[in-house]
Amino acid sequence: MSDSQAIAQGTHPEGSGAHVEHPPYLRHHFNSVEQQADTAGFAMWLFLLTEVMFFGGLFTAYLIYRNWYYASFVAASHQLSIVLGTCNTVVLIFSSFTMAMGVWCAETRRKKGLVVSLLLTIALGLVFLGIKTVEYREKYEKHHIPGDHYSLQSFINPASDKEASEAGDKPLALDAAQHTELYFSLYFAMTGMHALHMIIGIGILVFMVIRAQAGAYTSGHVTFVENFGLYWHFVDIVWIYLFALLYLISRHA
Amino acid sequence: MSDTIVELPDQATARIPKVNYITKENGLLSWLLTGDHKRIAILYLISITFFFFVGGALAGLIRLELLTPQSDLMASDTYNKVFTMHGVVMVFLFLVPSVPATLGNFFIPMMIGAKDLALPRINLLSWYLYVVGGILVLITMVTGGVDTGWTFTTPLSIHYVNTNVLTTGLAIFVAGFSSIFTGLNFIVTTHKMRAPGMTWFRLPLFVWANYAASILMVLGTPVLAITIVLVALERTIGIGVFDPTKGGDPLLFQHLFWFYSHPAVYIMILPGMGVISEVISTFSRKRVFGYTAVAFSSVAIAVFGFFVWAHHMFIMGVSNYAVLVFSLLTMLVAVPSAIKIFNWAFTLYKGSITFETPMLYAFGFMGLFTIGGLTGVFLGATGTDIHLTETYFIVAHFHFVMVGGMLMAFLAGIHFWWPKMTGRMYPEKVSQLAAVVTFIGFNFTFFPQFILGILGMPRRYAAYPAEFQILNVFSTAGATILGVGYMLPILYLIWSLKYGAIAGDNPWQATGLEWQCQSPPLTENFTVQPIMDHEAYDYEWLEGQKQKEEEVASVG
Amino acid sequence: MSEHKEHEHHIVSPKVYVMILLALLVGTAATVGASFVDMGPWNPVINLAIATTKATLVVLFFMHVKYGTKLTKLTVVAGIFTFLCLVAMTLADYSSRAWGQW
Repeated sequence: MSDSQAIAQGTHPEGSGAHVEHPPYLRHHFNSVEQQADTAGFAMWLFLLTEVMFFGGLFTAYLIYRNWYYASFVAASHQLSIVLGTCNTVVLIFSSFTMAMGVWCAETRRKKGLVVSLLLTIALGLVFLGIKTVEYREKYEKHHIPGDHYSLQSFINPASDKEASEAGDKPLALDAAQHTELYFSLYFAMTGMHALHMIIGIGILVFMVIRAQAGAYTSGHVTFVENFGLYWHFVDIVWIYLFALLYLISRHA
Repeated sequence: MSDTIVELPDQATARIPKVNYITKENGLLSWLLTGDHKRIAILYLISITFFFFVGGALAGLIRLELLTPQSDLMASDTYNKVFTMHGVVMVFLFLVPSVPATLGNFFIPMMIGAKDLALPRINLLSWYLYVVGGILVLITMVTGGVDTGWTFTTPLSIHYVNTNVLTTGLAIFVAGFSSIFTGLNFIVTTHKMRAPGMTWFRLPLFVWANYAASILMVLGTPVLAITIVLVALERTIGIGVFDPTKGGDPLLFQHLFWFYSHPAVYIMILPGMGVISEVISTFSRKRVFGYTAVAFSSVAIAVFGFFVWAHHMFIMGVSNYAVLVFSLLTMLVAVPSAIKIFNWAFTLYKGSITFETPMLYAFGFMGLFTIGGLTGVFLGATGTDIHLTETYFIVAHFHFVMVGGMLMAFLAGIHFWWPKMTGRMYPEKVSQLAAVVTFIGFNFTFFPQFILGILGMPRRYAAYPAEFQILNVFSTAGATILGVGYMLPILYLIWSLKYGAIAGDNPWQATGLEWQCQSPPLTENFTVQPIMDHEAYDYEWLEGQKQKEEEVASVG
Repeated sequence: MSEHKEHEHHIVSPKVYVMILLALLVGTAATVGASFVDMGPWNPVINLAIATTKATLVVLFFMHVKYGTKLTKLTVVAGIFTFLCLVAMTLADYSSRAWGQW
């Protein structure tokens, strides 16, 4: 019944738009490789939109409380090491570069180059996480993790604290000192969520290295690498903003 | 009713096509691991119906409790849990996925002339996430429920209750990702998978409506996700931004929560409006009046829907200036919805109207959604809202738009597309009776609640002053009738699977590419990719097709 | 229906990537340096401006949006717009609370 209708409509039984190439990775519901790649890229961008809104809630909370409790946020931000933060920023920027180079290698069919780029990206990602662990450990030791063991000492009595006295902080009143816990809540929520995304990214990178070594991405089918690159760059962009907002509130006297 | 446009094939010789998406492969795994959007739609239909009846049972318990002014059927705490779970189940496990995940999944690819959605495996993942979310909700119910209200207002939900906030939060988080992936899939599909000739303005309005709802799903739901994460962090390890004792603002939770939950109501209603466009056109034999206006109004509702969330927070402590701005914007968001109602009315004008069951539900939708929507405008005016918020007026308002609106649209869609999905017709008289019973029951249940709200009865109370009892008894009586109205479709639809008349390809003589295939459709939908060479709702084209077929049949 | 797929055919050269990398490193140095200088209310403005410039470079060149389709560009704008909507309208409430009654 439907075939006769198709004939009546004047379409060819062979199908509209002959398939010039039909590689094994072309899935049955797509007409062409271009359509499939296009679709996958667009889908990835939409997924990144959801990530923007996901982090967006955290950034909204941050902007509100920084506005309300500026002095507390400045004092709390002095507890973060600007050296380690800058290091991490540079590390992630380089990892974005190596990832972009990886995509280029896949596009130009350089298998060895792709594998090296991916391995470098993994290494840089691990360096980032390592530095983060050092920072988190420091917070733990100084009782700056929000919750039952949070300590206000560094803010009520800056002289007792290395970072606070180096920054030349004045002692905060009790309620302002209490508001520093809000800063750290946001610090851990935001950098923790970011780190979780990095861990997932590194996991996928490991998978990709194995597949890349097998030649999966250097025979014309670069979609996976390209789209993962989008994800990795997004994670870098989140860090660019996290670094600016959390570490660099005010470092001048 | 007098006329009918139903044209069925000769029942003596008609058969369900032997090869279709149901018979293509057998075995449970072929369903559980399918990539076929139609099978996934059926999987969703079964699970959504199950959760609808769970939520309905909870509603029954609510109405039973409210028969008497005292909190005598259950303790107040239990009542809190019952209405909370009713809200959670109905909103997240029924209303949000209902039309998109069942009818949208089934028909969007067919309507645009594609073989499947753009991302079939993500589609299956969506269903599994929905099921996991649903199971978590059931676990929550079994392990004692949660009693904060479906809105989880802080600081109650964080510091003052000891119930299953975390499990429910996790359930909603997971179900939220089901919704995100469905919306993502629809947006990608609509942009990238349209057949040749299928331009944006030739798309059925059902596709436009689901597209607009999908934008909301993709952009709004993640904010709910992060809000749940923040509540969970604060409840468990004390990393929190909503705690007033630490300088946090509990109102921030509400801002973030309603930033999703207001667009959520448009996620729920827009696909239903898409169904109504299809049904009203088909049963008045006329193209939808003002196609462009209806299409753009869907997108306008989606965009404006992002700007009005704080109208749920007028009495909560937001600044007066914010209240003013949000109230004004709320007035604006009603305009595109009204445009749709006007356009449907003008579609009916001078159309050849028949009263098959989908059309009865569509008429019910138009009346009840209009009432519900108008009361929404009343509530958007701050002065009125201050008096009516947290009363039964609100409850009546959202049940009119959601049950009188959305649920009726869902039933209209199920009845409209049942012949296409199953190849069978349901019994017309029983289904029309069910539609009328539902309409009567609905009005008896929820109209008294408007009056109760104006009189001052608060919502979420198990015990109420005795002077409100008579209206509550009316409401419960109506709920009983409504329950019958919802049970009937289950019975006759299942009956029709075996004993219903064979429907043929196009029993309603509808336009739309999905009606040009066999019923039930093939797995790949079309044997040849269709080329769209006519406008949407082109009944002259359909006439031409019929004539061509008769020529072909009589020549051969 | 099939759109002109520019980015499939346009392969961004490593030279561009190196230039962007250097620009990002310069931006990082600038923003760290600027945070040590007291510019009053301009500090956060400069801070965010540099961060946004860096982010824009990543989006345009590393993520190939400059060479992408109009749809890709529209998608990016839509995401940013919705995020700004959330931030701006929420902040509008918080900042106007202190204005008092009317």
